[in-house]
Amino acid sequence: MKLGLAIEELHRSENHLHATLLAVSDRHAADHEVFHVARDIARWSDRHVQALAAIGHDYGLELDPEPDRSPGVLEAVRQTASDLFGRRSEPGLVLLADLRHVHRVAAGVSLDWELLAQAAQGARKRELLELAESCHPETLRQVKWANAKLKESATQALVS
Amino acid sequence: MPRTDRIAEPWGTRTPYGPGEPWPVRVDTHLAEGVTEDDVDAWVQSASLLHSNGDGLDIAVRNGRIVGVRGRAVDRVNHGRVDPKDLFGWQANESPDRLTRPLIRRDGELVECDWDTAMDAVAGRCRELLDEQGPSAVGFYTTGQLFLEEYYTLGLIAHGGIGTNHVDGNTRLCTATAAAALKESFGTDGQPGSYTDVDSADVICLYGHNVAETQTVLWARMLDRLAGTDPPAVVCVDPRETPVARAATVHLAPRPGTNVVLMNALQHELVRNGWIDRDYVDAHTVGFAELEDRLGAYTPERAAEICDVPADRIREAARLIGTAERLMSTVLQGFYQSHQATAAAVQVNNIHLLRGMLGRPGCGLLQMNGQPTAENTRECGADGDLPGFRNWSNDEHVAELARIWNVEQLDIPHYSPPTHAMQIFRYAEEGSIRFLWITATNPAVSLPELARVRSILAQERLFVVVSDLYLTETAAFADVVLPCATWGEKTGTFTNADRTVHLSEKAVDPPGEARPDLDVFLDFARRLDLRDKDGAPLVTWQEPEAAFEAWKECSRGRPCDYSGLTYAQLRGDSGVQWPVTADAPDGTERLYADGAFMAHPDYCESYGRDLVTGAPFEESEYRALNPEGRAVLRAAEYVPPHELPDADHPFQLITGRTLYHFHTRTKTARAPQLQAAAREVWVEMSAADAAARDLAEGDLLEVRTSRGRVRARLRVSGIRDGVLFLPFHYGYWDASGAEPERAANELTPTDWDPVSKQPIFKTAAAAVDLVERGGVSAAPTTTASRPVSDGVPPTRGGATAEVLEEVR
Repeated sequence: MKLGLAIEELHRSENHLHATLLAVSDRHAADHEVFHVARDIARWSDRHVQALAAIGHDYGLELDPEPDRSPGVLEAVRQTASDLFGRRSEPGLVLLADLRHVHRVAAGVSLDWELLAQAAQGARKRELLELAESCHPETLRQVKWANAKLKESATQALVS
Repeated sequence: MPRTDRIAEPWGTRTPYGPGEPWPVRVDTHLAEGVTEDDVDAWVQSASLLHSNGDGLDIAVRNGRIVGVRGRAVDRVNHGRVDPKDLFGWQANESPDRLTRPLIRRDGELVECDWDTAMDAVAGRCRELLDEQGPSAVGFYTTGQLFLEEYYTLGLIAHGGIGTNHVDGNTRLCTATAAAALKESFGTDGQPGSYTDVDSADVICLYGHNVAETQTVLWARMLDRLAGTDPPAVVCVDPRETPVARAATVHLAPRPGTNVVLMNALQHELVRNGWIDRDYVDAHTVGFAELEDRLGAYTPERAAEICDVPADRIREAARLIGTAERLMSTVLQGFYQSHQATAAAVQVNNIHLLRGMLGRPGCGLLQMNGQPTAENTRECGADGDLPGFRNWSNDEHVAELARIWNVEQLDIPHYSPPTHAMQIFRYAEEGSIRFLWITATNPAVSLPELARVRSILAQERLFVVVSDLYLTETAAFADVVLPCATWGEKTGTFTNADRTVHLSEKAVDPPGEARPDLDVFLDFARRLDLRDKDGAPLVTWQEPEAAFEAWKECSRGRPCDYSGLTYAQLRGDSGVQWPVTADAPDGTERLYADGAFMAHPDYCESYGRDLVTGAPFEESEYRALNPEGRAVLRAAEYVPPHELPDADHPFQLITGRTLYHFHTRTKTARAPQLQAAAREVWVEMSAADAAARDLAEGDLLEVRTSRGRVRARLRVSGIRDGVLFLPFHYGYWDASGAEPERAANELTPTDWDPVSKQPIFKTAAAAVDLVERGGVSAAPTTTASRPVSDGVPPTRGGATAEVLEEVR
C-alpha cells in the first residue's frame, strides 16, 4: 500500500500551493482583489494541510500541521515593493504570469486529490475518501479562480 | 392648514392604516418664502432625485424659476408625501456657484471656454488615444443621477461605438450588490417585490437598511402601519440604534463583517424547525441539499460567538421570520458595503425562497439601492452590464444587441466581465486607461482611500473630463469641466428601487450655457463620428423621447421590458412598474408569481459566480446545475473580515449617511435647511466606549486608520460597543481647514466584494485620540445619531422648514 506516499505528496503540494498563493498575494498588493482573495483561499490549503497531517497519523506519518510560511520581513518588503511599482504597467504582465503559475500548481493539487480519492476507494478507506471529497471541491475553486482572474486580466494587460 | 417642521419631524404626520387597507394620501407642499399656491404659474411633473424611493412630485414654477415642490397624490409610491431632502433640495438648482460655462485647463489653471473648444478637446483626446492605443485607453465613470435616456445613449456610445469594456457608475458603491445578489438567486437582475407589500406584510425585516434615513417616505409607510391596527412585527439588523432599531420587535446588532454568519444561523433555525415550504422549494428551486449541508454548522450559539449577538435573540428573530404569513424583507448598505456583501444579501433571497414567499401581496423582497436612477444604470448598461439585462457570456444575447445597434458582434466587448469602477481606477493608476470621463459624481470624496484616489486623478498622463453642476472636489482635477443641466432643467425618465418608472419634465431652463448630459453625449458621438456597420450615424436620436423609444426596442422581451410604455402613459397617474408589455399594459406589481422565474440558461443575465472567489461560472456549469431555470439557493461559508481590530486600532469603523444629506452634499449642502440640520462631520461611539476612554459628547477627536485621519466631534449614540460611525458626505469644497481631515473616506480601505465588486466601507480597523475637550457635535438628534444623554440641542428647522401637510 502506498497510501502514505500519496498523503505525503498531497501534504507537500498543498503546502506549496499555500505558499504560492501568499507569495502572489504579496506581490500584487496594489491589485487589491488579487491580494485579498488569494489570502482568503490560501486558508483552504491551510486547512487541507492540517487535515492531512491529522489523518497522516493513521498511516504512520509525522506531517507538520502548520503550513510553511514565508518570513514576515520578506512579506512586508514584497508588499511595499508591489505598492511602489503599482504605477507601472508591467505588473499587469507579472500578474498574468503569476496567475498562470497558481493555476498550474492548483491543478497539480487537484490531480493529487484525484489520486488520493482513487486510492482511498480502492483500499476502502472511508475517512480518507471523505477527506478528499470535502477538500477537493475547494481546490477546484482555487483552479477556477486563477483561470477566471487570468481571463479577466489578460485583455487590458496585453492590448494596452 | 397644518404645517410641520420637517427638519424636526422628517417623516411628518402619521396617517395610520391597517393590513390590506389603502395607505392614506397626505400631500406635502413646500414653497419658497412668500410664495403661495396661487402665485405658481405651472406645476411640472417629476419625481424625487435625492434618494432611490421615486416619490412622485410636481415642481412649482414662477417667472421661469423653480419655487417649490408638491407631492403627487396620485402617485403609487408616495401618495403625496415628499422626503425632506426633496422638500428643500431644489434650492440647490439656483445656487450662485452653478457652473455656467465649460472650463479647460490652460497652464495648469481651469479657465472658461466655449462649448466648441471644450468638446473639441474631449473628442480630440479620445480620438487620439483610440488611434494610438485603442478602446482600452478609454473609461467612463458615471452616476446614479442621470436619466434613463442618457445612460442608454452613453452605453451605446461606449460599448457599441468606442468598444470599450470600461464603463461603470458610482452605482457600484450603492447598488452593485443588489444586482449581483438578484442575479445569483434568480439568474437575472430585477426587483421581485413592491413597496405596496408594506400594506399587508405581517413581518417586515430590514437587513442593514436604515430606511428611516435613506428612504424616508417608505419608512413613513411602515410607521403608518405600525401606528395602525394589527401592525407588523419588525426585525432590524443594524449595528447602530437607528429609528428602525428603536421601532423593531427584535433588533440584532452584529459585529461588522459577520452578516453571513448571522444569516446562516437564521436559516439554520428555519430549517431545523421546519419553517420552510418544502413543496415550493422542491418545485421551484435548486441547491437545497447543499444549503442544508452548509447551514448545519451555523447554530445560533456559534453565531452568537462570532457576531456577538445573543443566541436567544437570533432564535426569536428566526421564529418571527419562520412563522410569518406575509414576510417582507429589504436590504441595503449594511449588507452591500460590508464584508462578504453578495454572499450575505443572497441569504435574504434564500429565506424568501425557503419560505415560498415571493410574488404575492405582502411577500415582498426588496434588494434596495441608494440613488434615484441607479436602477437605470443597471438596465441600460451604463454600469458595465449589457443593456436589457443581457448576458455578456451568452453569444446569442450579444448577437441580438449587435442587431439592434446595427454593429458587428465583435465590436461589442464581451470577452470578459465588464470592468468595474475600482478596476477602472486601478487601470488609470497603472497607466493603461488614459481618458476618464466622470459624469455627475464625485469620486474624490466618495471612493475609498482618498489619498490614493487623488493621486490617480492628479496624474498628468490621465485626461480627466468632469460633467457636473458645480466645481466639485473631483472637477478640480479635471482637464475639461462641462457644465450640465440637472433635474427640473431637462426631460427624461427614471426608475426607482421597486421598478416604478417616472417621467421628469423640464420645468425651467438650465443656467448660463449648461446643457443636458444627453446633448453632451450626442455632441461627443457626432464629433467622434461614430457610425454603425452600414456607415450611418450610430446614435439615431436627438431628443429624450426618441432615446426612450429606442430603449423600448432594446428592452423588448427582456426582464426589464419597457416596450409597452410611453411618455403619454407616464404623464397620467404617474408611476408605472416595469415590465410594461402588450400583455401587461399597466405594468407589473410583482415579479415571480407562482414561482415563474427567468433563470433559464438561455435567458438568464448571469450564470452566477463563486461567492468567495468571485470567479464567474461557465455556461456548462450553470446548465448542469439549473437546466430548467429555477431559482437558485446559494450556500455561503463565512470568511473573516480582511481588516480586524488590534491593539493599535481597537475599533471597527463603519461609514454611512444621514437623513439630511445626499452623497457628497453637492446639492443638500446648498439647501440651507438641510445644511443647518447636519452642518459638519461627526463621529459616533457607544456610551461604554466613551466612558472607558473618558470621552464626552462634543469632544473633538481624531479618528485614525493606517490610511489617514479625520477630525470630528463626538456624538455618544446608541451604536454597538467597539464600533465607530462616520458619515461619508463631508468633503472639502466647503471645509474650513487646509488639511484633508474631514472626509470619512480618508480612512476606508481599498477592498471590495469579489462578486459584486462593491467597495467595503464598513470594516476598517481604527483608533481615536482626544484632540480637544468640550464643544457641540453637529450630529442630528432626530436619527440614528440621536444622543444618549440629555442636554444636546435638538435638531430643528424653524419657520423656513415648515411644510404644508394636507391629509386627505
